[in-house]
Amino acid sequence: MSDVADSPREIARAADEAPSRRARSRALRRFMRHRLAILGLVVIVLLVFFTAVGPHLIAFDDLHIDVRNRFQPPFAGPHILGSDPLGRDQLARLLMAGRVSLTVGFAAMALSTLVGTLVGAVAGYYGGLVGVALMRFVDAVLCFPTIFLLLALAAFVTPSVVSITLIVAATAWMEVARVVEGQIRALRDRDFAIAAEVLGASDLHIMLRELIPNAMAPIVVAATLNVARAILLESYVSFLGYGIQPPTPSWGNMLENAQEYLGTAPWLAIIPGIAITLAVTSFNFVGDGLRDALDTRLDIA
Amino acid sequence: MTRYLVHRLGQNLILLWLVSVIAFTVLHLAPGGPLAQFALVPGLTQADLARIAHQMGLDRSLPVQYWEWFRRMLVGDWGRSYRDTQPVLLVIGSHLFATLELMVSSTIIAVLLGTWVGVLGAIRRYSLFDYLATVGAMIALSIPTFWFGLVVIYIFSVKLAWLPAGNLYTVGDGSFLDFAHHLIAPSLVLALVTVAIWSRYMRSSMLEVINQDYIRTARAKGLRERSVLIDHAFRNALLPMITIAGLQLPTLLSGALVTETVFTWPGMGRLFLDSIGYRDYPMVMGVLMFSAVLVLLGNLMADLLYAASDPRIRLD
Repeated sequence: MSDVADSPREIARAADEAPSRRARSRALRRFMRHRLAILGLVVIVLLVFFTAVGPHLIAFDDLHIDVRNRFQPPFAGPHILGSDPLGRDQLARLLMAGRVSLTVGFAAMALSTLVGTLVGAVAGYYGGLVGVALMRFVDAVLCFPTIFLLLALAAFVTPSVVSITLIVAATAWMEVARVVEGQIRALRDRDFAIAAEVLGASDLHIMLRELIPNAMAPIVVAATLNVARAILLESYVSFLGYGIQPPTPSWGNMLENAQEYLGTAPWLAIIPGIAITLAVTSFNFVGDGLRDALDTRLDIA
Repeated sequence: MTRYLVHRLGQNLILLWLVSVIAFTVLHLAPGGPLAQFALVPGLTQADLARIAHQMGLDRSLPVQYWEWFRRMLVGDWGRSYRDTQPVLLVIGSHLFATLELMVSSTIIAVLLGTWVGVLGAIRRYSLFDYLATVGAMIALSIPTFWFGLVVIYIFSVKLAWLPAGNLYTVGDGSFLDFAHHLIAPSLVLALVTVAIWSRYMRSSMLEVINQDYIRTARAKGLRERSVLIDHAFRNALLPMITIAGLQLPTLLSGALVTETVFTWPGMGRLFLDSIGYRDYPMVMGVLMFSAVLVLLGNLMADLLYAASDPRIRLD
């Protein structure tokens, strides 16, 4: 580590501090050093803020049809970011769509992380036949190219924000399960876990209170990257016509019909894509920064 | 080596069987099921539907249906499309070439460009180039493929009119140059994600090799830097990359589906999307199985090529 305490007083103070707190402040410093992660975090906060508050601040409703102002280019009339074939305000739609897409992103992340953690923890803790069976199941689901699996699931449910969240989560939990399984398997034989077992703690207690908290770092990283993945997957399935259905806008379905107007109204295709890229890049930056900051292997160096 | 191969093949067959069970269950437990397409036809009574279900064998229990499907699949009868009663395997075969053409050309682009970016990033570590390549790769991984396709069409087809906006070839032309001309845009779009992934792995692989003792030895004995980097470092850094190529198949197939949709490319991905729209169960099941086979073959190839290319690895 570069931040070696050099005066005796500092050494004494450092020794006084609880190790976890010291590790946490060191992790924070490393995270701050990752400027892109900070940038990503700022953009995410801004996106959440504007999609939450923005629709109340602009003059147009996202569903308001204004046939006199159809296909208005951006910055050339009352609609700041232009209007669509029905004369609906692109900015209002973009913000409302952001609500939907970000909600799906966060909810699918929570669900997939929960399922992945549970499957991984059970497989890693019990091992044996249960572990093999669960992990083979994970391997089998990973054999499907994601979009194929997503479409196969999406085509047979009634599309709604809830069902799309469920199927996106259903295609994104496997990596978490793999990460958690490896972690739990390694932690299970450590002294503190054996001590808990000797003290008579139940399997559930050992898993939830001893093992999973110690495997939190990779779970947090995987969860952050899963938000990015979920937003991206929602946009894919909505673009292909099996996701969030109009009139509810999502960043993906705003692009669904944009291709026909590419020659006449390119802003309909370009602007929602920038929103998706911005959001996904930000979550990926934060995830990458967290990976750097929480990587316990770096502490030894 | 043979024992390893048999072992791996056995594992993959079990996985493939699991894949088929999952796919079959998902498709048949879905509300509506394969009959949903007929339910929309006006004038069909409940009795008609029941007769159709009986004809199609849908009134039997799910395990029996699965066993019937499985038995036939093993001997190469993957069923017939509901849409045009063509054999599933034949239809997949006729769409396969377009997809492979796209995947191979984009992989070539990805390998060439990704290797160059990765190696240069590793040699000039922490330079501006390295920094831009890192950030660029992260952004490239965050761009939705279909949107990138739309942007490419907008710039190169609509504005500049350099490239065609889709299709495999121009009707009435079909020369090699015409094929190649149509291939440029979609393979560039499909390559975006793969370039990003490949360059990252190439960079870390190269960095790992550069810090090895034998590279120091090569430098110490006075070899020119160029020779050290290319003959000693680069060749060894390429080895682990073989694995990456095989493991990219699922990503590539997903990307191909989206790219084919944007560029009206008559490949397997488009076929899958259309089949989903028509609720063409045998077709959907067939493409799912076929892509799983491709993915598993990719994994296996990665393992075997890696072992074959590195004499230190013995597979038994």
